[in-house]
Amino acid sequence: MFSEFFQFTFSGITLGAIYALVALGFTLIYNASHVINFAQGEFLMIGGMGTVVLVGAGLPLPAAMVGALVLATVAGILLHRLAIAPARDADVVTLIIITIGASIFLRGLAQFFWGKEYHALPRFSATESLSIGGATLLTQSLWILSIAVVLVVALAVFFSRSKLGKAILATSMNKDAARLAGIKTQVILGVAFGISALLGAAAGLIVTPITFTAYDVGIMLGLKGFVAAAIGGLGSSTGAVVGGLLLGLSEAYTAGYISSDYKDAVPFVIILAILFFLPNGLFGSRAAERV
Amino acid sequence: MKTMLKNLAVGAVAALGLASLSPVAKAEDPIRIGSFLSVTGPAAFLGDPELKTLELYVHQLNENGGLLGREVQLVHYDDSGDASKARTFVTRLLRQDKVDLIIGGSTTGATMAAVPVIEQARVPFISLAGAETISTPVKKWVFKMPQSDRQAARRVLTDMKERGLTRIGLISGTGGFGASGRNVTLEEAKAMGIEVVADETYNPKDTDVTAQLTRIRNTDGVQAVLNFDFGQGPAIVTKNYKQLGIELPFYQSHGVASDSFLKLAGDAAKGLRLPATALLVADTIPDSDPQHGVVTGYKKAYEDRYNSSVSTFGGYAYDGFQLAVQAIKQAGSTDPAKVRDALESIQGYVGVTGTYNLSAKDHMGLSYDSFRILEVKDGHWTLVE
Repeated sequence: MFSEFFQFTFSGITLGAIYALVALGFTLIYNASHVINFAQGEFLMIGGMGTVVLVGAGLPLPAAMVGALVLATVAGILLHRLAIAPARDADVVTLIIITIGASIFLRGLAQFFWGKEYHALPRFSATESLSIGGATLLTQSLWILSIAVVLVVALAVFFSRSKLGKAILATSMNKDAARLAGIKTQVILGVAFGISALLGAAAGLIVTPITFTAYDVGIMLGLKGFVAAAIGGLGSSTGAVVGGLLLGLSEAYTAGYISSDYKDAVPFVIILAILFFLPNGLFGSRAAERV
Repeated sequence: MKTMLKNLAVGAVAALGLASLSPVAKAEDPIRIGSFLSVTGPAAFLGDPELKTLELYVHQLNENGGLLGREVQLVHYDDSGDASKARTFVTRLLRQDKVDLIIGGSTTGATMAAVPVIEQARVPFISLAGAETISTPVKKWVFKMPQSDRQAARRVLTDMKERGLTRIGLISGTGGFGASGRNVTLEEAKAMGIEVVADETYNPKDTDVTAQLTRIRNTDGVQAVLNFDFGQGPAIVTKNYKQLGIELPFYQSHGVASDSFLKLAGDAAKGLRLPATALLVADTIPDSDPQHGVVTGYKKAYEDRYNSSVSTFGGYAYDGFQLAVQAIKQAGSTDPAKVRDALESIQGYVGVTGTYNLSAKDHMGLSYDSFRILEVKDGHWTLVE
């Protein structure tokens, strides 16, 4: 009885931690530019596929990982420079549509150069799973969870302590005022895209031992991550993590206790309910926009 | 420079003239075999080896003097997995290219879109797609090479029954292939007296199915588990199965019958069984096996030519092409009605996929035991005796 409950919980936490990391990437760009970057899922793909391709080219795993992170960061900065920055005067909806276009483009590139096959990466720890209370938990899930926590804390510190983080916040609150205060807002936005791509790629890399990777994994993970970010309240790092875990747990409990037929429907019902009663999500700011 | 070009042109014309005097080309027009396959797009893993196989064997046939003393020409279009494109290309094959016979249709969608056009034009058609509906009910001009999912289900259930496993758990993907596989498994199990005590599903893009597997494991009296799907989902199911430490016999469908599945699932695949064609175990199949020669021959020819490993799908194209050649030989001409009748009468053709016995009632001609049961041992497929 309890072992069952533990198993569903572990399953939910594994899923949730993945969604949480994706949601964090959405949060960062949303904070900086109020744009929802639908190419976020593609950075996950670049993280996973990039590592696979570099390992295939003969690099040792750690070097391949670093290579993939660099590649994704460059892709993020280029996305801003080539697609977002030229349209800086467009409204937010236009920018969001541009990110959708960019995601299709990146997926096409990956399909063309890296192929359509699915690939796996080895797990980080020697032991595969731990047995707790009659249920098994993958050690890779612990890696994902702890890396998620580290990244959340790092982001929080980055925004509240560092000059760069504060500059990003200032840019997001009022671009013109920030520019008057001497902040190069376009550079700052480019940095935000780079960091968010790095974050996404890190997530894509650490989940690959569990989920496999291919040119099109970004679609599903990106969508679920966006939903998690919306539950948590766009713009809140804590919200992204809580939203991700809630989404993962609700999926696992539904599949386990009710029926696998409903497992994809229930999370969406939960989102509707949350957004209906708390339109800004669980941790979204309730303050009115400052002018 | 100019004179050199002129000389080249004269030379080329002379060469062409000589070629047209050679006996094969002089005898009669070439035999034209039309083809539409999904060489690019999402179903490229089907169409790519199929086209390569056709090109390889058309070339080989012409090297050996052609067919009925005539050259064989392959007219090919790439439908990139799009059913409406497939229909357009088939119309073109029939009206403009005036082909004598068509081999193609990597996917069930492309095949079914082409069927009405072909039936109307009365030209023999050999489909390379899997669904039962292509040849059931029988369509006069349509033949198909692969076994159906119903036969895969029956093959797995037969193996279970032989091992005394009669209460099973079923898990399947919610995509087209998985959903259809689930339906036929439920129907066949009922007919064979096997009880499906747990019935779970997952989204083909899911990254974790431990919750569903836990439900199956905790079902009273479950003796074995079957997963019906293709792509990366079954690899995740296999990994989760191992992670949960489930000891019950584990089966997959023919949807994962490829070496890339073994690479994804790794150690977790140890001991799992599935129905597949003999081609997958070409290296370990005994010499006494009737398929031994044809399977190893095709594997060697393909791998020598293309430097990549064979797949079940290319095997369908091989069988389709050989059947077409045999039928045209038997008919002694390319008259569509005669070729069709000859195709329908082919008995005991030993191919890569199985032994075909075609008849007016059966345009597929394979029985369910043309599927072999394979087991994963030491990271390789092995034949279960």
